[in-house]
Amino acid sequence: MWDYSDKVKEYFYNPKNAGVLEDANAVGDVGAIACGDALRLMLKVDPETEVIREAKFQTFGCGSAIASSSALTELIVGKTITEALELTNQDIADFLGGLPPEKMHCSVMGYEALRAAIANFKGDTWHDDHEEGALLCKCFGADEGMVERAIRVNKLTTMEQVTQFTKAVGSCGTCVESVEAVLVKVNAQMVEAGELDAALAFDPARAALPQRRDRVKSSPLAAPKKEMTLLQRIRLIEGAIEELRPYLKADGGDCELVDVDGDRVLVRLSGACVGCQAATVTIGGIQERLAAKIGRPLRVIPVPTGH
Amino acid sequence: MRPVYLDNNATTRVDPRVVSAMTPFFTEQFGNASSMHAFGSEVGAALKRARQQLQTLLGAEFDHEIVYTGSGTEADNTVLLSALETQPGRDEIVTSTVEHPAVLALCQWLQKNRGIKVHYTPVDSRGRLDIEAYRKALGPKTAIASIMWANNETGTIFPVEQLADLAHDAGALFHTDAVQAVGKVPMDLKTSEIDMLSLSGHKLHAPKGIGALYVRRGVRLRPLLRGGHQERGRRASTENVPGIVGLGVAAELALEHMHEEQTRVAALRDRLEKGLLQRIGNAFVTGDAENRLPNTSNIAFEFIEGEGILLLLNKEGIACSSGSACTSGSLEPSHVLRAMKVPYTAAHGAIRFSLSRDNADEDVDQVLAVMPEIVEKLRSLSPFWKSSEKATFAPTYA
Repeated sequence: MWDYSDKVKEYFYNPKNAGVLEDANAVGDVGAIACGDALRLMLKVDPETEVIREAKFQTFGCGSAIASSSALTELIVGKTITEALELTNQDIADFLGGLPPEKMHCSVMGYEALRAAIANFKGDTWHDDHEEGALLCKCFGADEGMVERAIRVNKLTTMEQVTQFTKAVGSCGTCVESVEAVLVKVNAQMVEAGELDAALAFDPARAALPQRRDRVKSSPLAAPKKEMTLLQRIRLIEGAIEELRPYLKADGGDCELVDVDGDRVLVRLSGACVGCQAATVTIGGIQERLAAKIGRPLRVIPVPTGH
Repeated sequence: MRPVYLDNNATTRVDPRVVSAMTPFFTEQFGNASSMHAFGSEVGAALKRARQQLQTLLGAEFDHEIVYTGSGTEADNTVLLSALETQPGRDEIVTSTVEHPAVLALCQWLQKNRGIKVHYTPVDSRGRLDIEAYRKALGPKTAIASIMWANNETGTIFPVEQLADLAHDAGALFHTDAVQAVGKVPMDLKTSEIDMLSLSGHKLHAPKGIGALYVRRGVRLRPLLRGGHQERGRRASTENVPGIVGLGVAAELALEHMHEEQTRVAALRDRLEKGLLQRIGNAFVTGDAENRLPNTSNIAFEFIEGEGILLLLNKEGIACSSGSACTSGSLEPSHVLRAMKVPYTAAHGAIRFSLSRDNADEDVDQVLAVMPEIVEKLRSLSPFWKSSEKATFAPTYA
């Protein structure tokens, strides 16, 4: 059973704005029944102010696809189309209290449907998945444009993430090479534009190598190590935190060392980390990494900002 | 209201009689069968008894034709790898497009990494094997033909006796993955041409983690696991004694309940199926309705997606499963329904109800009571469903 948040369940069991919107003036169709999900987004846009007055949807798809569609309609009503276009699939996922990684593509479908509907309103032709760039993943109809956007918007840097967000490579795997090429290309462009730290960009050569575990080997038979001085420990901890910061920054967050008190390491999270649901996971990750560096267990304790 | 469990092809409840037979082998009789003391010998006797119980269920000629394994998957893997190893001149496998991944994934791996040629025999829209294609695929290079006894998703039963005959005509071994069939259909292996058969305990009210491989006497077998003399050197590993004892008792109980499975359980299944098709339009049974396991019904509901159905059924306390892409971790829709060329509009909305002797009339009543509303609700959300049109009892595909 998927690990759906209560909000996803709520929006699946009692979806808001489901059904047909008569005399809609903006309609977006995305997905295909072959892929297992499809969404029709119908909007009533005020032609004067370009404010979205009403939004309804019809979705063929799993629980999270229905919930994502419903969430999208809730998010866009009352916004102008310019404001609505600023939304990303991440906003849909956040609104729902998160989606399982394998289901992120449901939020991407909502994001695509919105673009399609607005293109329809403006009288533009929406280039559907299959026509925009090469069709990379035939199983799920993921084309190059859609994969590129998902990589850019969500700062994806691994193939696993690309599959989670776009489904590409999720089935037969035939397209793995071409999708890898897109990931390399887009990551390189992002590095050039200063949107991504070069160290994080996908590197196929590195991805293929076995990763050595960052762990201190110790044996009960080994000679007892000389106790580190406090200064040595602080330097090591500082160094480890420095190594982690690019990852946190990539998500809009940051972390600084406040104090070291015995086995307690006090840190301050800032930026997007504050109030983020994943902060405890982040702290856990930092703790694991520091413990590995120091070679003994320690506790990482976040202190509130401003202390 | 009691929970309604209709996912017995996924796994079954361990019969309480199986549990009580197993318990002493955790507590008092914990010995290793290989040991030279009383603890060991008592356990050895229990393993022998279990082997005979399984022999009776399968109608095998000798009890030592049974090799215990950790699972049905392990049995399948052992068989295919052994067949290639024991027949160096033969490097082809004949199987079907609708096998369980325990066979299919290994075949794909063998193709890719060992240069083995694999023939995937197609099925028709009712899931019936194309016997002519199967016959043509067999040849002097065929090491083994492996065709399941019954399909796990649709319940369709394959004519394995005939298929084994054809394989022997070509001088090839014949194996059947009978994980879904054992305990549900009568078997008499001593009179059949079947060389090897895989089964799994947890599909017949025994625990998970125990399976068995039947290997007809005289068939050469190379072990998958080396390291000990257990199972006559055919599967090294200290025996899972409680699991084996449990499987033995479960086999005996399956034989006892075989008639019930064929009559009462089949009648429940039929009532469920007819009831759903009467109440819900644009729905049809997939698979071969005539040659089918007595407990399985796979119904495709057009224009909706399976996960939604499962979530809403789950809310009503009803458990079953779906061939839809979204319910498996793989994102891939059911390979079985795709092989049957069931259109995507229906394949994504296919629901498998699989019953067992644990089910009662009230379970069927409960599904019939809630299902029409669930389908209607999801169809009202579906862009492929035209609300103006009435459901038709002749589905778009049939």
